[in-house]
Amino acid sequence: MGDAAASNGKLKVGMYWASSCGGCDISLLEIGPRILDLIRIADVAFWPCAADFKYQDVADYPDGHLDVCFYNGGVRNSEQEEVARLLRQKSRTLIAYGACAVDGGIPALANLKSRAEIYDAAYHHNPSIDNKAGTEPQPVVETPYGDLEIPTFYLSVLRLQDVVPVDYQLPGCPPQADRVWEAIQAVAGGAVPPQNGAVKVGCTAKSVCDECALEKKLTKITRFMRQHEFRPEPGWCLLEQGVMCMGPATRSGCGAMCLKAAMRCEGCYGPPANAEDQGTSMTGALGGLLNAQTEEQARAMAAEIADPLGTFYRFSMSSSFLKSGK
Amino acid sequence: MTTAHAKVADGYRRISIDPVTRLEGHGKIDIFLDGDGNVADCFFQVPELRGFEKFCEGRPVEELPRITPRICGVCPEAHMMASAKACDAVYGVELPLTAKLLRELQYNMFYVTDHTTHFYALGAPDFVMGPQSDPALRNLIGVIGKVGLEIGGKVIQCRAWGHEAAAIFGGKPVNPVNAIPGGMSKPLTPEERTRLEEICRFMLDFAQFTLKLFHDVVLSNPVYVDLILNGPYCHQTYSMGLVDERKRVNFYDGKVRVVGPDGTELCTYSPAEYAQHVAERVEPWTYLKFPYLKKVGWTGFVDGPASGVYRATPQARLNVAEGMNSPRAQEAYEEYFETLTKDRSGKTPVHQTLAIHWARVIELLNAAERALELVRHPEITHPEHYRVVCTKTPSEGVGTVEAPRGTLTHHYLTDEKGIVKKANLIVGTTNNHAAICMSIKQAAQGLIRKGTEITEGILNMIEMAFRAYDPCFGCATHSLPGQMPLTVRLRDADGNVLDERVRA
Amino acid sequence: MSESIAAVREGQVAETPWEPRIVGFLCYWCSYTGADSAGTARIKYPPNVDIIKVMCSGRIDPELITMAFANGADGVIVLGCHIGDCHYISGNHKTMVRMPLMRRMLDGLGVESERFRHEWVSAAEGEKFSRLVTEMTEQVRELGPLNWPAHLHERGVGHGADRRPWGE
Repeated sequence: MGDAAASNGKLKVGMYWASSCGGCDISLLEIGPRILDLIRIADVAFWPCAADFKYQDVADYPDGHLDVCFYNGGVRNSEQEEVARLLRQKSRTLIAYGACAVDGGIPALANLKSRAEIYDAAYHHNPSIDNKAGTEPQPVVETPYGDLEIPTFYLSVLRLQDVVPVDYQLPGCPPQADRVWEAIQAVAGGAVPPQNGAVKVGCTAKSVCDECALEKKLTKITRFMRQHEFRPEPGWCLLEQGVMCMGPATRSGCGAMCLKAAMRCEGCYGPPANAEDQGTSMTGALGGLLNAQTEEQARAMAAEIADPLGTFYRFSMSSSFLKSGK
Repeated sequence: MTTAHAKVADGYRRISIDPVTRLEGHGKIDIFLDGDGNVADCFFQVPELRGFEKFCEGRPVEELPRITPRICGVCPEAHMMASAKACDAVYGVELPLTAKLLRELQYNMFYVTDHTTHFYALGAPDFVMGPQSDPALRNLIGVIGKVGLEIGGKVIQCRAWGHEAAAIFGGKPVNPVNAIPGGMSKPLTPEERTRLEEICRFMLDFAQFTLKLFHDVVLSNPVYVDLILNGPYCHQTYSMGLVDERKRVNFYDGKVRVVGPDGTELCTYSPAEYAQHVAERVEPWTYLKFPYLKKVGWTGFVDGPASGVYRATPQARLNVAEGMNSPRAQEAYEEYFETLTKDRSGKTPVHQTLAIHWARVIELLNAAERALELVRHPEITHPEHYRVVCTKTPSEGVGTVEAPRGTLTHHYLTDEKGIVKKANLIVGTTNNHAAICMSIKQAAQGLIRKGTEITEGILNMIEMAFRAYDPCFGCATHSLPGQMPLTVRLRDADGNVLDERVRA
Repeated sequence: MSESIAAVREGQVAETPWEPRIVGFLCYWCSYTGADSAGTARIKYPPNVDIIKVMCSGRIDPELITMAFANGADGVIVLGCHIGDCHYISGNHKTMVRMPLMRRMLDGLGVESERFRHEWVSAAEGEKFSRLVTEMTEQVRELGPLNWPAHLHERGVGHGADRRPWGE
């Protein structure tokens, strides 16, 4: 990371949201009282959610001015790519923050739909639309005073690393506060793993099962259940009970928080350390977990799963090998 | 960004505010000045889209209370609750009392946290630091520096404890996951309830403190009072919000009530009937749609009783209601209406846009009081009645709550296995899109005239016009139009199309 | 083989007419021996399946299947021992569970069902092996190239500067 001290000795920090929900920005506030420690060592130099710096301010910074910049959200349109390139230029260390920037996130489920279908649902056929003229948003609209422009919509959701080189990746939807704080301290103290492509920080090297306190009886799954259809037995592994918990195929680091609310892991930390593709990782894991003796039974159980693509790739469509539907 | 190269017509000058800041979501403002330096026109554009309504198709409906909250990480609970209610309707289940209490309790505690975040981090910097103060300090960090660490610490604590409460209910402090069709995923234990009550008591103190802070910093400052009452920030629009059976504000449940600019009721309807009352228009210069009231009709970006433009904000909620469901908030409500309309009953609506900040703080107080009432309810910790199992064949359902930013509707249609076939969402801030455009233009035209020196501070005061709405454009831009052929239409000053070219 | 995959990915269509490229994962103990026996018995079958020998079909991480398609394969076939015959007892049980799931996911992504097959072939089933290969080659030939890299290019996903931002 080089010399981290700025002219007043404080780190210059940026946080940008691309195709994001704002949860990652909120998660930065979840470090709670530690934010007072943070503002002692860092100045915010760009954070549209919470501070009034504009794009032109960033463009006017010298290259490398930002010591650390967090970029959350996926790349969904041309503006988000432009800002990614700008921030790469103006930042010493660029961190892909959160599931969307790292793996595509939930918005990458849009990669399973065609643009014609999406176009139709938003502007032409839905219960409340009033658009007989068939108007659609246009990249350029002329007015008597000048042109109005809006960003070009991309055909797929991309990850930050698909458009610029990234120094570190911090997964999670959103990243859990203690992990974020550890990552901030590491970056501030210079003690991070050497930049090596996109190294994942703020997570540990196992799967969520390792962090989960529910009892693993090591029984095989006899049928798949949807949680609103039955009462799971408390304290027992949900996957063993037939609820499609993504624990085996999800990177650890969150502390298995959803399981504490008796809800299945949905996979928001992305694929585990030894895999790039979360869906095939889960498929592989399920190989040994089903109580199927014959091919018919195996096919029947596979058919019971309500939505394999949307469940396994809920957060990581852009990191999968196939990336989008045809 | 892209507007750096966009063409400007002869005789005009463009000023861009890009991006808008201190809000949730993306937007930019283009102000066109004519040769004299007056504002010829002003456009507010929303550049983002994601497509939730489309990619929810094919998903099991019970997953939507976990998927849709990713529309917005500031108000995930709003989507979670609206979605869970829509799922309840899809499965035709009636929730037991404990489940309803848990949902409303969680939701009110979230309201305190969310309104606190907006007020201190997004809205208040303009008042505490000053509308034209140094932008580097005009934010939460500057506010903490100015009000001191003791107060700053309380703000941090309220948010931290609010998110701790979210995690107690739903596992995660941001994006809790516990609402399911039929109720909640787990009961509240007595230990958890005790901790939540402690948090609620703190929240109530903090809410009262915040209301007092608002009085001290804003209402006692004649410059700010003048800005609120007489500044270029006022539109006489319809108002929309949920009310209970006694016409009191209710964030979690009720009927939708709409009143006109003079307070006359236009309609009261069940959330399931939303499509009979609200329609959405499309403009080519923004990705976000424009809802309006069907009964009144669309007459353009204008206010008044003949225009279907409406607002759904804390101010609108207070306008459509005839009281609050908690005593201190009721007092604050009466004082607010007395001050702004001379009518304590609240039957005369308030239209000054900056007063939305005041209404928001009153709601903060109401949410805290209501949460404390609910957490003490004897049924809140029942070990069994936190949910019912869904057994009926799923079909279709609508769920509506008041998101902090406006009426939020989720409408799902499923097949007989509960897989989503179609989803329609009308989201809080979307309701206000037309009004926000109008407010920004009004502020620009009011603040920039021939000879005005256009400073960063003046531009910030234009941004204050939307900040009052606490917009959540992440919420608003859930829908995705995909790619489109390019059509360029040349319009004259009246909007008539002079020429059109299409690239397929 | 990696050169030809790279060639497909770079869009360099060969001067010769297109031939289906099918990747076959065969387990050493049964299906690879079965394939071998087709050869020694001089049974004719098309050369379109590139065989990758693994010790057990249970070793086939499903990501290898998607990786093959992502790198330009027109079809993927997975062959293993019959249930009960696995040299490692239960390796093929895992395959048996995984393959129907892969089928569902590939269906959802728009990969036609004829492009992905999973069968059991024993050491003595050279005949069956060659029939499968012949059948699948013809079916894939009829469907035409899958060319997933080109599809990703259409969808605006590629590798760095190669990427087109939106369909033109």
